[in-house]
Amino acid sequence: MYAQMIKSEATQDDPALLEAFQARIDDNQKIEPKDWMPEGYRKTLIRQIGQHAHSEIVGQLPEGNWITRAPTLERKAILLAKVQDEAGHGLYLYCAAETLGVSRDELFEMLHSGRMKYSSIFNYPTLTWADMGAVGWLVDGAAIMNQVPLQRTSYGPYARAMVRICKEESFHQRQGYDIMMKMCKGTDAQKKMAQDALNRLWYPSLMMFGPSDKDSVHSEQSMAWKIKMNTNDELRQKFVDQTVPQAEYLGLSVPDENLKWNEEKGGYDFSEPDWSEFYDVLKGNGPCNTERLNTRKQAWADGAWVREGMLAHAAKKRIAKVAAQ
Amino acid sequence: MADNALFQFLLRMGDNTLVLGHRVSEWCGKAPVLEEDIALANTALDLIGQTQMWLGYAAELQGEAKTADDLAYLRDVWDFRNLLMLERPNLDFGHTMMRQYLFDAYHHLLLGKLAGSSDPRVAEIAAKSVKEAAYHLDRSGETVVALGDGTAESHRRMQDALDLLWPFAGEMFLADDVDDAMAAAGIAPELAALKAEWESSVRATLRDASLTVPDDDFAHKGGKTGRQHTEHLGHMLAQMQFLQRAYPGASW
Amino acid sequence: MSSPSPSAYPDTPPPDKEPKRTGEWPLWEVFIRGQHGLSHRHVGSLHAPDAEMAIKNARDVYTRRNEGVSIWVVEAERVTASAPGDKEALYDPSNSKVYRHPTFFDIPDEVGHM
Repeated sequence: MYAQMIKSEATQDDPALLEAFQARIDDNQKIEPKDWMPEGYRKTLIRQIGQHAHSEIVGQLPEGNWITRAPTLERKAILLAKVQDEAGHGLYLYCAAETLGVSRDELFEMLHSGRMKYSSIFNYPTLTWADMGAVGWLVDGAAIMNQVPLQRTSYGPYARAMVRICKEESFHQRQGYDIMMKMCKGTDAQKKMAQDALNRLWYPSLMMFGPSDKDSVHSEQSMAWKIKMNTNDELRQKFVDQTVPQAEYLGLSVPDENLKWNEEKGGYDFSEPDWSEFYDVLKGNGPCNTERLNTRKQAWADGAWVREGMLAHAAKKRIAKVAAQ
Repeated sequence: MADNALFQFLLRMGDNTLVLGHRVSEWCGKAPVLEEDIALANTALDLIGQTQMWLGYAAELQGEAKTADDLAYLRDVWDFRNLLMLERPNLDFGHTMMRQYLFDAYHHLLLGKLAGSSDPRVAEIAAKSVKEAAYHLDRSGETVVALGDGTAESHRRMQDALDLLWPFAGEMFLADDVDDAMAAAGIAPELAALKAEWESSVRATLRDASLTVPDDDFAHKGGKTGRQHTEHLGHMLAQMQFLQRAYPGASW
Repeated sequence: MSSPSPSAYPDTPPPDKEPKRTGEWPLWEVFIRGQHGLSHRHVGSLHAPDAEMAIKNARDVYTRRNEGVSIWVVEAERVTASAPGDKEALYDPSNSKVYRHPTFFDIPDEVGHM
């Protein structure tokens, strides 16, 4: 997911307060910024929302890679609008994190120094136009699986950001699938491109949900706090069940020879991704880790004079206004 | 000839927005701050939308079942009619915003007059676009003033940008046969008549920005006539047109 | 990065009272009134160097889908909020004033719609 491997913080607070807090959550009440909350809840949320926000803005880059090469004016506009939405979603999420007492600049600093991560998926390259289709279809499709339930998460500002994000995201997956449909009905070269995109992005998309529940050590506390709403395996299964028929409609084959409908469980059996590759990517050894992070760091460094200049002007204006009064 | 002049005029309008929209879209994901990233994308989206209208009309005049995409993706450098200033690389944010401001001030003025064009299609497109241009101008003007005034570094960078771009501003007002024909037909205003208004508002803004306008009024030219573009345009088109060129006839 | 320089060029007074020197633009709360005449509603936050740019940024960030016709921005640190501990004191008393709700009054069906 956009937030993978979020470590829940241990909490050492007054048991009575903790119990009352948990009761509020069990009662589906929203926790708001000024409410008492366990330190572990706050820290876990900062990490999760921050990682989610970072994923949105680093996630601009693989698709941004094709804005200047989009094949028609309409495709260019749609793609640009979509990538712009991702910047917006990053912004909403940073603001939600800021209500927990961390600044956006601090979060950026942690991203740039490698102390905070973003989703593994954005460390894969986008090589052809079909990747714009596959990213929208698979990556946004996987993200939506997680984001829809998060609209009910216990932390008010996070839930409200997710409501807005889900509303805006509704066109993202569709535009991706629309690109795929066009390619699959197109020339042989276009069909080949579409299949190639699915081949490369299928397993990285499955990895987005994080490791299997039996290996996922942080889930329990987060689920009790309702900042994680479903287990990784539940969401992955749901994603596969939803996506396989969509691939069939396109006439594409999912690159998994073990893929088979299982009548008994009412879902597909499928192969696990290569988790050693996943851990390599998390460690920084994905195909694009260095490039993605450097692009963000460079943009931030290059923009410093602009941010300072605007701020200095605002300060002078304020003084001039006071002087005039 | 009148039709051909109108066609050329529409290419100029559409190529300006196409080329500038492309440049602005290059900022996506890399702007100095998230709020600017989103704002720049809005500007680029407006410009792409305007391109669809101008080049769409031009393609209709051309006949032969051509579309705006054919014009955008299948012409070579010598057929482009945009101002040289707009094909220049972005360089830094200051250069991008200064270029945007100098163009917005002209574009807004021009579109305002075109809204009263004798050609109803031109008037309609301009009436829609002028609202967008008004906001672009408001935003780029405020940014130029803020950064010109801001810190020593931002001031220096904005002055550098102005010095670099000023020699490209004059091309906006250089009239030729096409412009004369448009003015005679009441389709577009006399460019010379716009210049004074543009210059007084631009000079006032640049004064607020504590920037010095260069004395030299030399003007590079060759973009809007297509006679001689910069080397940059070819690279931009190599990128922009890649898919249409590599997979001719495919539909996307 | 250089900091604001006091006298690099004429006519611009040196900034003597700086905001918190973190270099981060202040946070603003954004309120938007939509098309249908409802009151301004809080839609989210953003960063901007001053109020004028905050309005512009709000326009770009929060009205991308035609959501609004009027924007208010308030610097977040100027907002005074009720403390969560006061919640009971502030809101519980109105729970007992059931007569403020129309369903408190029984009107016979024969009277018709009221």
